Parts: sequence; structure tokens; C-alpha cells
Amino acid sequence: MLNIKNLEVTIDNKHILKGLNLDIKHGEVHVIMGPNGSGKSTLANVLSGKNGYETKGDIKYNGESLSKLSTEERAQKGIFLAFQYPLEIPGVNTNIFLKTSLNSVRKANGKKELDTLAFLKLIKEKATELGIDEKFLSRQLNVGFSGGEKKKNEILQMKLLQPKLSILDETDSGLDIDALRIVADGVNTFKNKDNAFLIITHYQRLLDYIRPDFVHVLSNGKIIKTGNADLGVQLEKTGYSNLV
Amino acid sequence: MKTEDLKNNKDYKYGFITDVENIRSPKGLSEETVRFISNIKKEPEWMLEWRLKAFNRLKVLKEPNWQKPKYPKINYQDLYYYSAPKSTSEKPKSLDEIDPKILETYKKLGIPLVEQKRLNGIAVDAVFDSVSVATTFKDELTKKGIIFCSISEAIQKHPDLVKKYLGSVIPLSDHYFATLNSAVFTDGSFVYIPPNTKCPMELSTYFRINASETGQFERTLIIADKGSYVSYLEGCTAPMRDENQLHAANVELVALDDAEIKYSTVQNWYPGDEKGVGGIYNFVTKRGACRGKNSKISWTQVETGSAITWKYPSCILQGDNSVGEFYSIAITNNFQKADTGTKMIHLGKNTKSKIISKGISAGSADNMYRGLVEIKNKAINSRNYTQCDSLLMGNKCGAHTIPYIKNNNASSTIEHEATTTKINEEQLYYCNQRGLDQEEAVSLIVNGFCKEVLQQLPMEFAVEAQKLVAISLEGSVG
Repeated sequence: MLNIKNLEVTIDNKHILKGLNLDIKHGEVHVIMGPNGSGKSTLANVLSGKNGYETKGDIKYNGESLSKLSTEERAQKGIFLAFQYPLEIPGVNTNIFLKTSLNSVRKANGKKELDTLAFLKLIKEKATELGIDEKFLSRQLNVGFSGGEKKKNEILQMKLLQPKLSILDETDSGLDIDALRIVADGVNTFKNKDNAFLIITHYQRLLDYIRPDFVHVLSNGKIIKTGNADLGVQLEKTGYSNLV
Repeated sequence: MKTEDLKNNKDYKYGFITDVENIRSPKGLSEETVRFISNIKKEPEWMLEWRLKAFNRLKVLKEPNWQKPKYPKINYQDLYYYSAPKSTSEKPKSLDEIDPKILETYKKLGIPLVEQKRLNGIAVDAVFDSVSVATTFKDELTKKGIIFCSISEAIQKHPDLVKKYLGSVIPLSDHYFATLNSAVFTDGSFVYIPPNTKCPMELSTYFRINASETGQFERTLIIADKGSYVSYLEGCTAPMRDENQLHAANVELVALDDAEIKYSTVQNWYPGDEKGVGGIYNFVTKRGACRGKNSKISWTQVETGSAITWKYPSCILQGDNSVGEFYSIAITNNFQKADTGTKMIHLGKNTKSKIISKGISAGSADNMYRGLVEIKNKAINSRNYTQCDSLLMGNKCGAHTIPYIKNNNASSTIEHEATTTKINEEQLYYCNQRGLDQEEAVSLIVNGFCKEVLQQLPMEFAVEAQKLVAISLEGSVG
């Protein structure tokens, strides 16, 4: 699904990623761990098409070169980023935002747009699955939401849009144990043989709930070690210092 | 005239010209012109005298120049003050008598006048250059005692009401443009709602400028008698031309005891092209008097058009417990300029006013909120709340807020809040990441910013206004 070859990324003359290689196949869950400043969020932003990065190397998504696609085209083709800090948009009702988003993606894929009634039925279903209160959907998008509510909202959007590749950028940071469980459940119930996950995290504790196929350690702009779920457990005990 | 080139301007879909033969006044501003207008409208002597009084007063008044948007000197001798399609020289008695070209014009503007296709629940007065060409649903309204007609017709048929209220809110000598209007006003709407009557439908006027080198001098007068209610909406468009055209209107509202007037404007005059050539000078005086106790006047405006918008719809809160409201969205793009806001003058006891202003500036445009809240010494226990928010898009535009606040008694309170924000790249990125393209994202964010004002509009128009907000800002980001 995703093939990254020798990716180098620079922002404001700072060299962040220095030759990163990564292959993700359908049905796989990949976790990237690493110390602060190692380039984890940069990788997430480059994949989703955020402006301002200079890139070298090659990223192919289902055989297509990503560099030619705009942010929204990538989203419409099934790349989803759960933001580390979801944005607040005052005055915009959460339901309206979600409906506009879903219909943009549907339209780009040649599917019929959902009317309000059909949308409300669908979103209610998804919210109930995640144990999210419906009242939350009629509030302004992320305005006055707690950290945990914002992250749950990201997972709700993921389940609604049904992306092929979901990138979770430190979605587990700052969550209490209940919220963490909701986020993990969201991933586990959505996961299937056709989609894939790239989960960026600082903490091994997420791996108590989500079983990854691969764990990568990113340090100083490169993946320096790859293993299975046990690598995560090991890192929790020994830290990154032995590896770096 | 580069009208042909201007046709390529995709953003302004109302820029066409209707080819009709016109009757015009003599060119320039003179006593002859004033007499011509009064004569062609077959006005009674008292009306002509009133106009001439204004004309004489005008000779000693000076055009104000304290506003922020400056403009080249207007040559008042180079304008036509009256222009009307020849076919309307006798006001058509029924729709069958209206020139099909004019009917077609309104159809293109989305305002069908013919019987079967009328807008549901909305009565329309259609003003074309200097004349009202049709008023719909008149009979239905007459049954309730409601008068809804052109001001010209009201002068003939309801002289007592006109004499009593015309100029009672905006005096003859108020200021240069208001006085100019009083001398040469041509058409506009007249509304009278009898006591204890709730007007059963929205009333609206659609103003269209068509002729070139012509100024439009609209005059509207709305009276809500005791215990009555009316909701009124005006819309406006004009052809794309590389000349600047003047629209100098006077609108007066009077609310008696326990009456309420809700006045909404969707202003979409031609804004000029992306280089700032052409467009309407929208210099308007709008003022409402809450004359009775417990009366209420609420202004809502969505200003997206015009090269320069310069207006302050105001409320004079005379009656005890009266309420004034002002909700405004002013959008300026390219080289458009706006200097707009309101005045709330508290005279009666326990009077309340509320001001919500949303200014959006893009391109090289300049947007100014200017407003006065004045609580006089007898207006005890009065309150004002003001909120002015500005949204900037890009690095070349400007936003300014100048509130004037005067409180003359200790029992009253005034609150003022203001914010300025720039449309945030991160917000746009977030929307893009959810599959929205740049324009959808801007439209969503901007409509969110304006929501408090948009929801004040009558439902039928809120959707249109939302689209208009998005169209006005097309291509301004990215």
C-alpha cells in the first residue's frame, strides 16, 4: 500500500528525515516509536501533504506517486491523519463538518452524497459504537472539547470516512485509561485486511491494547531498528539510549 | 466602455445589462432636475416644495470627508438623477403590461414577478433604476390593512402618512448625502402596518441599477403602528461597468408602542473588478426610531458588494424599554472598501442595544467598523453589548475598529468586545486533510465566523446569503 524509499525532508533549513525507508502492506499495523525530535510528526505531515516541507526521495501510495497529489486528494484517496492537536473551528457545527467531509470524500470517489437524514443515521451509529454522546456532535467543532474528547472525535472521523491508510499521530498522548481504551477499540474494530495503520506513539502502554505487526524505532531521521510487538515491550524497559 | 471584457468576470453573475429605451432627466443637478422628477411623478405641490427646500439646503452643505475610504471627486453635474424604462412612463396596472424584457431581468436575478412563479410567502416590490415596476401580493396585504407600495404611489394615495413621517427620522438637513437624496429621490418602498397586526409574509424590495451614468436615489419609509410586526428585506444588484455609480439611499423606520421592525439587507452591488476598476459607491443613510415604549428595531446586513460601502444603520431608542439591534457581516475582497457600523442612541429608560459585527477582509481590501453607542443622562438602567470581530485573509488587507462610547449616567452599562484573527493555515490544512478543497474549507470557516449574523436572516434568504459569502471570497486564499 505504502512504499517510502530514501525519504529526506527539510523544513526551514533543518534536515529532519535523513533517508527513511518503510513498506506498509494491506492489513498491517505499524507502530513508530522514538525520542522527541526524531521526526515522527514530520513523517505524518509529509504523508498527509502539509505545506512547507521540502522532500527528496520517493513515496508511492497504491503505486501512485504522492508528491503530485494535494492534501485533499490524498484524503479523498483514503489517507487519514488523526491529528496530535486537532484544530478548533469556531462557529462550525461538528455534524456539519463531518457531513461536508464525508460527502467530499464520497463525491471524489464517484459515490452519491448522503442527505442529512442518512448522514445523521450513520453518524449516530458510529458514535454509539465508540460510546460518544450524541450531544457532542451538535457542538462547535473541537471548541471547548477536552483533550480526550478531541482525540475521540478524531477516531470517530476515521470510522466515518473509512480510510485505507490511517496515520495516528500520538493519539494516545494525554489520554486517561478509559479514553485510551476507546481509541484502541476504535482501531481494533475498524482494522481489516484491506486497510492499514501507521501509529506514532511515545508510550508502550498503547501496545497493551493494540497488537502491532511491526514496531519501528525512529531516531535522528532514520529507522534504526524494526521488530515485532516485543520490541515495544523491550523499549519500555530499556529506553532508547541503548539503541541510539 | 469595456463592458465586453468585464463579462469574463465569473464571480459576479448579475453583471448583465438589459437593453431598454429610457426616459431621462436633464443631466446634472439643478432646480430643473428636481422639478423634472417631481413633475414626472405627478407629485402634489407640497412634495415639490419639500424637495426644493432640500435642494436649497444642499447648496450650503459640504460633502463629508472624515471616512476612511477616499474616492475621486464626484462630478454631480455629470450624472443623470432620473432614468426609467420608457415602457413604465404610465405605471403598468398589471403584470401583463410590464415590458417582457424587464420581467426577464427579474427572472434572471432569481426574483420571478409573474403570478404563478412568485416566491412563496414573500411580497416583492421591484425597483428598476428610478421606478418601481411591480409589487406582488398587494391584494392579500390590503385585506389586512397593510400598505405595501412604492413611495411614489404612497405620496399620491397616502399623503397624510407620508407627510407625517417622511423626514421625521432623517431630517431634510441631516447631512450632504441625505439632503441630496431628499431633493432628488426617485423610488423605493413604503410600508405601513396597522395597529395590532402581524404582517403575514416577508416584505421585500429588489433594487436594480441598469442604466449607465445614472445615480440611484432610493427612499424607503416603514411605519409599524402600535403592537404590529413586520419583517422586511432588501436586495440589490447592478451591471458590471468600468465607471463608478452612486447609490445614495435614505431609509427611515418608525416603530410605535410595542411594535417591532426587522430590517434585513443583502447588498450585492457590483464590487468592481479585481484591479479595483468600476463598482458602486454605496453611500446610504439608514435610521430607525423606536418611538414607542417597548418597541424594537433590528437591522441585519450582509454587505458583500460595492466598491465602497459607507453606512451606519442606526437606532434612536426614544421609547422606554425599547430595543435596538445591529447584526452585520461586511465582506471586502480585491480593492473593495467598507466603512460601516451603527449608532445606538439611548434616550428612554431601560433601553437595550446589541451590536454584533463581523468584518472579513481579503485581497487588498480595507474593512472598518465604526460605531457610536451613546447613553443620554435620562436613559437610566440602559444597557449595550457590542462585539466586533474581524477576520483577515492574506497579508495585504486591513481591518480597523473605531468604537465611540459615551455613557452619561451611572446606572447604565456598556460592554465592548473586539477580536481580530487571521484565517489560520492549520485550520485549512485540517479541513483539507478531511477531503475538503480550499474553497469548501474557506466557505466553512467563514460561514462559521459569521454564523451569529446569518442566523438572524429570514430562512429563505439565509441559504442564499451563505452562498454569497462563499462566492465573494472565491480565490482569495491559496
